[in-house]
Amino acid sequence: MNPKTPSKLEQILASGQLAVTSECGPPRGSNGDAIKKKAEIIKNHVDAINITDNQTSVTRLCSLAAVIRLKLMGLEPILQMVTRDRNRIALQSDILGAASFDIHNILCLSGDHQQFGDNPKAQNVFDIDSMQLIQMVRLMRDEKKFLGGDDLERAPEMFVGAACNPFADPFEIRARRLAKKVAAGVEFIQTQCIYNLDKFELWMKQVRDMGIHEKVYILAGVTPLKSAGMAKYMKNRVPGMDVPDEVVKRMSGVSKDDQPEEGIKICVESIQRLKEIEGIRGFHIMAIEWEERVPEIVEKAGLFPRPAVASEPFSL
Amino acid sequence: MIVAERKPLEEIIGFIKDYKKILLVGCNECVTVCYAGGKKEVAILASALKMAFLKEEKELEVKEVTLERQCDQEYLEEIRSIVDQYEAIVSMACGVGVQFMAEKYQTMPVYPALNTLFMGGAEEMGVWAERCQGCGQCVLGQTAGICPITRCAKRLLNGPCGGSTKGHCEINKDVPCAWQLIIDRLKALGKLDDYDNLMPIKDWSAERSGGPRKIVREDLRQ
Repeated sequence: MNPKTPSKLEQILASGQLAVTSECGPPRGSNGDAIKKKAEIIKNHVDAINITDNQTSVTRLCSLAAVIRLKLMGLEPILQMVTRDRNRIALQSDILGAASFDIHNILCLSGDHQQFGDNPKAQNVFDIDSMQLIQMVRLMRDEKKFLGGDDLERAPEMFVGAACNPFADPFEIRARRLAKKVAAGVEFIQTQCIYNLDKFELWMKQVRDMGIHEKVYILAGVTPLKSAGMAKYMKNRVPGMDVPDEVVKRMSGVSKDDQPEEGIKICVESIQRLKEIEGIRGFHIMAIEWEERVPEIVEKAGLFPRPAVASEPFSL
Repeated sequence: MIVAERKPLEEIIGFIKDYKKILLVGCNECVTVCYAGGKKEVAILASALKMAFLKEEKELEVKEVTLERQCDQEYLEEIRSIVDQYEAIVSMACGVGVQFMAEKYQTMPVYPALNTLFMGGAEEMGVWAERCQGCGQCVLGQTAGICPITRCAKRLLNGPCGGSTKGHCEINKDVPCAWQLIIDRLKALGKLDDYDNLMPIKDWSAERSGGPRKIVREDLRQ
């Protein structure tokens, strides 16, 4: 697949090299340096950095402002956008705002329901869903049109991504659901955190049988476990998360002090095994409030150094 | 039908605490069927209000009436001759009935005794559930007869989100995942391939977003 945008992530994927992305959650306040600090830790070990958009519906500094901060640092951000909080007018407007700062990657999501966050009494929007957001960005980029049909000037040049959770139910349509996103125009996928590798392999087989792996770059999502408690929490409390008993057992089987190391080990082993799966084109390392361990995971997984592709220079 | 439930007694007392004579009006339609505002509930609320006033050493006269429909001009006329004898009306109809009542009797204070909840039906005795949000552009023909706008907490049109677990919605284990239901039924109908069609971006102008809705049927107008 030839790159269609100036996205550094797209160049790397198109070159056939495994890509590595990670994410930073913006702060719960207006301290922009918090984002910078997190990014500094991981910047040499990843190709692009996702900025989450009010994840788990907890109010935070907005993803749009945060990606601009990364861009000004010379880094390659991925703008996450959920359809929960903004209608099609606000989404298009924010996409143009991001494009005006030459943000070249977007991740189109519907978003967690607001009842999980700090404003459970809020109205939700869901004017469009994640697939329709994908279609909308592609329309703006490829046809240079607003959704309302008008022409737009200086179209956004964004590499269009989405998430995918192979572990949610009903399992039988999860590959077909990905096919729908591909039909909508998605170009890269970051999956939900993978702990159940057997099930993931089964899903990837379905994906390959449908030929989808040749139409979209799939980045396997991994999250290192910090403790046995976190493993149990993810298993029992996070909807759509599949943490097998063996993983919980393995984390519980070592002393509390050794659990972080065990978590990193499991993560690195997972990446090694995922590398062998046909159709996996890279990794998305979601180290939740644990950015300092990302470089080590990347190195131990044999994904370092990263390819030397410079981001487009950008300054105000 | 429209499903409603009674407001807490304290809230209703708060509306009428300064009155001595009220007209308590039930409705014989939906709210009777869902045991919220029919003749029986009018009688129960009337007793409860009178007892609450007595406790405060106050008196309250309550006239109990249940109309065939409060969303119908014709039936609202039935109380015209007695309305003036009371200081306020408490309506046990849905929000439509309360407003029609207020429009009909411009100089009478009208208070709601119910919270109007949704358009739905009884899944079993004592259990009512929502089925329709009146979006004005029915999609049931594309979704195996199950409404994702009503029954998916994110009103997703293109399939289950990543939080669907063992048939349940991510917001609550007691809420079935609408898309699990749709997929199951598409399968039962032998039409699972229909799932592969991308549902277009929805026109919400026929819904609440487009402003208050109205239908004018010239063929019926007098």
